[in-house]
Amino acid sequence: MIQQHLPLLPVVFPLIVGALLLLPPLTNSLIKQRNLTLVASLTLIVLGVWMVQLASQDSIQLYYLGDWKPPFGILFVVDRISALMVLLSSILMLGALLYATAGDDRTGMFFYPLFLFQIAGINGAFLTGDLFNLFVFFEVLLIASYSLLIHGGGKQRTQAAMHYVILNLVGSAFFLFALGILYGTLGTLNMADMAARIHHLHLDEQALVKAGGLLLLVVFGLKSALLPLHFWLPRTYSSASAPVAALFAIMTKVGVYSILRVHTLIFGPEAGDLANLIQPWLWPMSLLTLTLGAIGALASPGLKMLASNLIIISVGTLLLAAAIATPQAIAAALYYLVHSTLIAGALFLLADAIGEQRGKPGDRFVAARQVQQPVLLGGAFFIAALSLAGMPPFSGFVGKLMLLQASSAPHLASWVWPVLLISSLAAIIALTRAGTSLFWRSSGKNSATQPAHILKLSGVWLLLLCSPLMVIFAGSITEYTHLASEQLFNIQPTIELILQQGAN
Amino acid sequence: MEAIFAFSTGLLTAAGIFLSLRGRSFPVVVGITLLSYAVNLFLFSSGRLTLNGAAVLGTSETYTDPVPQALVLTAIVIGFAMTAFVLILAMRSRADLGNDHVDGRLSIEPEEKKK
Repeated sequence: MIQQHLPLLPVVFPLIVGALLLLPPLTNSLIKQRNLTLVASLTLIVLGVWMVQLASQDSIQLYYLGDWKPPFGILFVVDRISALMVLLSSILMLGALLYATAGDDRTGMFFYPLFLFQIAGINGAFLTGDLFNLFVFFEVLLIASYSLLIHGGGKQRTQAAMHYVILNLVGSAFFLFALGILYGTLGTLNMADMAARIHHLHLDEQALVKAGGLLLLVVFGLKSALLPLHFWLPRTYSSASAPVAALFAIMTKVGVYSILRVHTLIFGPEAGDLANLIQPWLWPMSLLTLTLGAIGALASPGLKMLASNLIIISVGTLLLAAAIATPQAIAAALYYLVHSTLIAGALFLLADAIGEQRGKPGDRFVAARQVQQPVLLGGAFFIAALSLAGMPPFSGFVGKLMLLQASSAPHLASWVWPVLLISSLAAIIALTRAGTSLFWRSSGKNSATQPAHILKLSGVWLLLLCSPLMVIFAGSITEYTHLASEQLFNIQPTIELILQQGAN
Repeated sequence: MEAIFAFSTGLLTAAGIFLSLRGRSFPVVVGITLLSYAVNLFLFSSGRLTLNGAAVLGTSETYTDPVPQALVLTAIVIGFAMTAFVLILAMRSRADLGNDHVDGRLSIEPEEKKK
């Protein structure tokens, strides 16, 4: 029974728990809210593991809302990629929540309900098989993220939120324009149905569909911080409170996931005249995103800003793989996506924990009081830095190696390798500078501050431990991502499965 | 009818984009509102324009596509909530930052002017 409704649970369950938290017996007690949210996030991880297990048996699970059959109703699709993304979001959520329970949740109202609503929106965006439904879940996760961003208050957050909200509102308007164009020409919003109908277009309609597909790239590029649309990211992420910034680490990945999903399924290699629609745009943009992220990382004045720029580097890397668009490259990208999301989340938490112990300068790279727990925090920073820069023995190395292997053909390697390797070098330099100035350039002993709360450390270490675990189990994870990307590219069986179910 | 519809959608979009590129938060909010009106009209027209057509079977001779109407309803609701949010945020930013520029600071600071 539960298995039948499993595809819907990662969306509905956090929504229900979030609504319960707003009701009287729970809304007044922070302790109860914390406990219930932690239980909810553990449940979500169990659901995620279950979905991954079901998906790895090569079955695509479909769920029709209200039993309206496709192409008329909305449907949820659980395949390997979406199951993996749901599991990823719930693990990241647990890490961020553990950190928040140590006291960051006190600085504003309704922290936990908003957190759960955002998770519901993120999971919905991963699971839906309908383009308009994707828009709705984008709005759900966005409106939760607007409120979470200004959680805690302060001038900087208001200023960053203003840009973030306005940009995303304009982005939503573009999304709707794209949907209007695509519905007007293709006559459907079910992604599988769109992929089937794109072959039967008139010549004069092709230009319109092309415009719609490229508008979608603009929207997803804004979410994922692709080059000309990335200016909002560093300031937004570095001004958000630590657990929120950690959760935001997956928001850019929602954009990347949408590009992978929509532009492979609908505008992918099998789309006839519109095949590989975005590749000519994605190539230069992703390379420039990587370059600019590297420059930003070198110029960052503080650890949070550095972490934000490292996110831009990871987005550039992921979209580079999307531009290469072979199953091998996407498999590498999926592995790298999981790694970079978790470790970037950990780095945001860590930046806050370090900043608290250094007194007034916070996470800025200037001389300050010594950190009180140099071994615990320094060790965590060391692992996070090695992992993000892509040094062995951590997961970043495996991910980047896979990507380099996937792009080893000479005409690809001449573009991809230098940019990827030089941006890694820039990340190493920036992280080295960060580490030396944060931990070694000290002026005076630390006596005033408290040691970091055990829950904060456990949140950081939980996310960091995923990096060695991803290396130990790299065999089975890469096998999973390879099969996942083959499933993504092998679109005919998916389309037939979805549309035949509808015909019955 | 198509010409008027297309013209007004285009005019609303142009006005919305122009206003949302302004520097003060109030014109930007109005610009976003106009843009969402334009979007709603545009979505509505994606099911083709039909005169005197019902969206429910068995009630009239000609029919119109009901899906865009449902989409527009959703878009209106979401757009309304978002506009309310951005309005409150603009007022909060006016209070927190002391001015109504979207960057939170005026392009020429009064102190710099004196120098």
